[in-house]
Amino acid sequence: MLLIKCPYCEEERPELEFRHAGEAHLVREGKIIDQSDEDFAAFLYLRQNPKGLVYERWRHIHGCGRFFNAIRDTVSDKFLTVYKAGEPRPDLTAIKAEGAAAPTTRKRRSRTTKSEL
Amino acid sequence: MADMSSATRLHPLRADRQSGRTVSVTPAGDATRISLRARPDAVAKLSRLLGLSLPTRPKSTAVAKDGRAALWLGPDEWLLIDAPDSDVAAVLARADVLHSAVDVSHRNVGIIVSGEGADRTISGGCPQDLSLAAFPVGAASRTVLGKIEVIVWRTGEDSFRIECWRSFSEYAYSFLQESAKDCGI
Amino acid sequence: MSSSLSSGSNRIAGKGRLTPAKTVRFTFDGQNLTGLEGDTLASALLANGIHLVGRSFKYHRPRGILSAGSEEPNALVDIERDKARRQPNVRATVQEIYDGLKAKSQNRWPSLTFDVGSVNDLFSPMLPAGFYYKTFMWPKFAWKSIYEPKIRAAAGLGVVPGEADTDRYANRFAHCDLLVVGGGAAGLAAALGAAETGAKVILCDEQPEMGGALRYESGVTIDGLDAYAWAEATAARLRNMSNVTVLSRTTAFGYYAQNFVGLVERISDHLSRPAADMPRERLWQVRARKVVLATGAIERHMVFANNDRPGIMLASAARLFLNHHGVAVGRKVGVYTANDSAYAAAIDLKRAGIDIPVIVDTRDNPASPVVEEARALGIEVLAGHAVFSAGGKRRVSSIQVKPNKGGGNERRITVDALIMSAGWTPSVHLFSQSRGKVAWDAANERFLPGDHAQDCVSVGACNGTDDLQATLDEALSAVAASGTRLAASGGSGWVGGMVGSAPGAGADTTVKAFVDFQNDVTAKDVRLAVREGMHSIEHVKRFTTNGMATDQGKTSNMHGLAIAAEALGKPIPAVGLTTFRAPFTPVTFGSIVNNARHGLFDPTRRTPIHAWHAAQGAPFEDVGQWKRAWYYPQAGEDMHAAINRECVAVRNHAGIFDASTLGKIEVVGPDAAKFLELLYTNPWEKLGVGRCRYGIMLREDGFIYDDGVVGRLAEDRFHVTTTTGGAPRVMHHMEDYLQTEFPHLDVWLTSTTEQWAVIAVQGPKARQIIAPLVEGIDLSNEAMPHMSVREGRICGVPTRLFRMSFTGEAGYEINVPADYGQAVWEAVHAAGKPLGLTPYGTEAMHILRAEKGYIIVGQDTDGTVTPHDAGLSWAIGKNKTDYVGIRGLLRRDLVAPGRKQLVGLRTKNPRTVLEEGAQIVANPNQPVPMTMIGHVTSSYWSENCGRSIALALVVDGTKRMGETLYVPMPDGVIEVEVTGTVFFDEKGERLNG
Repeated sequence: MLLIKCPYCEEERPELEFRHAGEAHLVREGKIIDQSDEDFAAFLYLRQNPKGLVYERWRHIHGCGRFFNAIRDTVSDKFLTVYKAGEPRPDLTAIKAEGAAAPTTRKRRSRTTKSEL
Repeated sequence: MADMSSATRLHPLRADRQSGRTVSVTPAGDATRISLRARPDAVAKLSRLLGLSLPTRPKSTAVAKDGRAALWLGPDEWLLIDAPDSDVAAVLARADVLHSAVDVSHRNVGIIVSGEGADRTISGGCPQDLSLAAFPVGAASRTVLGKIEVIVWRTGEDSFRIECWRSFSEYAYSFLQESAKDCGI
Repeated sequence: MSSSLSSGSNRIAGKGRLTPAKTVRFTFDGQNLTGLEGDTLASALLANGIHLVGRSFKYHRPRGILSAGSEEPNALVDIERDKARRQPNVRATVQEIYDGLKAKSQNRWPSLTFDVGSVNDLFSPMLPAGFYYKTFMWPKFAWKSIYEPKIRAAAGLGVVPGEADTDRYANRFAHCDLLVVGGGAAGLAAALGAAETGAKVILCDEQPEMGGALRYESGVTIDGLDAYAWAEATAARLRNMSNVTVLSRTTAFGYYAQNFVGLVERISDHLSRPAADMPRERLWQVRARKVVLATGAIERHMVFANNDRPGIMLASAARLFLNHHGVAVGRKVGVYTANDSAYAAAIDLKRAGIDIPVIVDTRDNPASPVVEEARALGIEVLAGHAVFSAGGKRRVSSIQVKPNKGGGNERRITVDALIMSAGWTPSVHLFSQSRGKVAWDAANERFLPGDHAQDCVSVGACNGTDDLQATLDEALSAVAASGTRLAASGGSGWVGGMVGSAPGAGADTTVKAFVDFQNDVTAKDVRLAVREGMHSIEHVKRFTTNGMATDQGKTSNMHGLAIAAEALGKPIPAVGLTTFRAPFTPVTFGSIVNNARHGLFDPTRRTPIHAWHAAQGAPFEDVGQWKRAWYYPQAGEDMHAAINRECVAVRNHAGIFDASTLGKIEVVGPDAAKFLELLYTNPWEKLGVGRCRYGIMLREDGFIYDDGVVGRLAEDRFHVTTTTGGAPRVMHHMEDYLQTEFPHLDVWLTSTTEQWAVIAVQGPKARQIIAPLVEGIDLSNEAMPHMSVREGRICGVPTRLFRMSFTGEAGYEINVPADYGQAVWEAVHAAGKPLGLTPYGTEAMHILRAEKGYIIVGQDTDGTVTPHDAGLSWAIGKNKTDYVGIRGLLRRDLVAPGRKQLVGLRTKNPRTVLEEGAQIVANPNQPVPMTMIGHVTSSYWSENCGRSIALALVVDGTKRMGETLYVPMPDGVIEVEVTGTVFFDEKGERLNG
């Protein structure tokens, strides 16, 4: 059972209190109705799932109830950092990433969106 | 015309069970409960109205002289617990700051776990660290007990109040009774 | 009768730590025996001269006791308290005896001394490694029906108990600064050092008493005390410290992420009459800031022909039996060793008066103080020699010895026991489980902890620290002990030895030199595996099953690895080590499940009105964790009669239904309507206060996720209902969007499912029935039309009264605070009974709604159905520019022709009721496999319609009205006509009744 630091409760809590909520920083377009088939398919279905560092969402569902983001190494299961929903993606170069490669960035990741401002 | 005052309350738990040696597990009495939601800028005003300082630190609580209590559950969420005849709902209805107050008096059931070994009894199903250092008197947190969600509130070194949803109360009560058998002295 | 006699003829007066007067009576295979309090079953059997305790897994060879600990591969027995409390595969070396203990040997028939299965031993040339895989391949069908059952009956270990376990099991989550695994010298020192700094410490050891190797060492002191006395005193001191928890009989079986370690504490297995409420075992789920692994080392056996004969055992085991239990494992004990440690055992036995005819040492020139001491005691030491075979069958009777390098005379030496040591294997199991990397210590041919992956440190023998003083120093420094210092004297570090086949075990194809006793794997099996192309140690393991039994190869892994490496011509580290996995020793299902049994297996959720339903004799339907009243049978009624009566009563008079399980969410805030606009397909901004609307919620992909009626209580307050099963996920879904996509909205969500008991009163007399009970609400059609909500009082308590319908009748859903639910139900029921008010359950509810074509999400939809498919296009706000699923609904496949649409089906024979899930075809005469164009989602007998009714998803269904389709069933094809989904009151006039 992992220990996960909740950025709202400001302490590590047992994994039993949390629920994983998929890849982080997927952006729902403001005018989603106008989105192209290709972009919408990517938003809906295409995920990175890399070996190594992942940006992912968690919810402290049996705790404070908040959604937040985390960077975790899927090889060691170690959390590098956690941050509140809506906060910008932390600078990976500033975070010590021992032995794990940075996640590859895709085109739609580089977009600046409201959730990152 | 039917009798308008005939509807009586039926508590889901009956305080008719043996507890585990030094640990007693008993249903708490009826209470008024409000799920209160508000942003930081409303906290001061709501605190004045409620007559207590709404806690803003994680895992903390505030209790007014008359027993009205506010448990921090999340950054914009508190559970207010008060006497059954409390006017707290009416008080909040007068608040002119942005907030949400929802009556959950009947949604939750309280269970009191007390006596030497009360902390171990809860640790039979709760993965949080309940040592006094990590979970001091006055600490409260939503968490897990066995297979259900509960709120654990430490009201004394050897006493806790557990709050859970009504239909899970039978499970919580049985679970704590079972665990108390293993943890009483 | 002297007590030494009564507790076994091999008990040596004055030896060991057990009290001769404290005798314990037990049975083994029905034989009445006596041991002493503190004996393990193994020590008590040996005291009584019994070595033969079981038969082996594959060849049914007689087996004895190899070890004195949890690494035991052979001495597996069945312990029975009663029929329900019987445990197979208990290691006799771990089980403590108690008065009345009943132990039985396993894997033999008809008896332990005469076992029919031992013919497998004679046929063993035909049973090589991989034999099962090669032999039983043809004919294919025979594997399941013939080969596997026969093999399983003949091989295998104990027999699983047939009855439910009546024991109790407990669980405890624990948190500490330091967890120390292992209570030997290293573990005790680390625990003491840390405890004295005030740290919160948990110390566990699998044995009944702390001490580890100090339990058998002789001539060793720590802090001036006899080492075992020091261990006892230190354990007692730790037990008295409030910051320390000392757990004996407790195995750390699994080491998981972030210093999460699973322990099993055996609480009552050693007690004659455990208290009724005493758990048998307690699972400890420990989270430690730091872990000290002081898990020691395990002695290896020598691999030579017939090394499995009862009476052949590890030297350290013989020493423990002597020095702790006061038991001599034989009267004429031979010794076979490749390192010094067996000498210490020989010396102790010799000093206790036991004849040691020979020490056979594979080393050419052993020279150390213990070797000299043995010689000085008059023991013959045959250096540079090997034992090439052992005689005797059910007990070793002799050993055959010859020089390693050939030449010289073969000697046959009579013995009644042989003790052996090939050296010591550091216990790196938990370290390896923690994802630490082991490193090869070439000088001493052993794997040691290398890079740590977690905050843990290995100390003492498991870290390759062999000297006692060094061990104590290492343990204290590992915990940064400030003041604590411990001084040791004596205690020898046992390094060296050998791995792999001993000289003389040879490449011979007939001898059985066992590597893995529990799985009957011999040296030649490992060589065969390599010859057959298994070049990875993981493949060798699986081909031979070496190390795969319940002992997980604690004694065999290194030997197997060395033999494979030799056969491959590679150095050991190049061949690699198999992965260590949890559990370290077998863990009972009981302790894993612990209290999640019976009523605590899963929460059973009951509504506030449950007791009333139960009193009426209603059977309950499981809906998720909820129990819902299914129907209310009256005297003489079967299920169908009861349901038909309930359905008719609702339409003719009125029915009362417990809808409390419906999910409810209160949505509060100035942006509440705006939020609902985004979460539902429907428009909400213009919904008037006091009005309700049926809402559909989609996922982003455009498919229906949930539905329910939403009432507006105030400009900024909505009462949302969800399906019973959907309540938690809908709340999660709404919170997700609110927190992460629409955080700018001023709105909050609160689950109120359990705040309200919900009593549905439906039917033409509904208003008449509730009116006398309601205060402060005008119930007239004009004031409170269909789809409206009011707040007021009923039976003197607050209510949220909904005028709504899931039956097609005029009706109400009375929400009252949960604790009042039963009283209000009873009052409504009493008021309505004279008017024909009838309680109805979930089955009638399902039929009534199907008669009206109302869908149930999850029954008529399956996660691939859009509102258009379900005939609910009217519920989509036409002018909306955004809601969850709006883009999904525009996807090409979702607007393409040929989608399945919800339709009604009428069977040509009105009495035929279709099966839900049945497939539909257009032409029943087409060849199999037919093209299926849909399936039945709901199907019932409708008493109100006087015929069967069904809903179905059918390709282009709405274009097929009036078409005849076919439902092929095993006993014939059923003809159906495609219709609309509404079977009763098509115009919906009754709603406004």
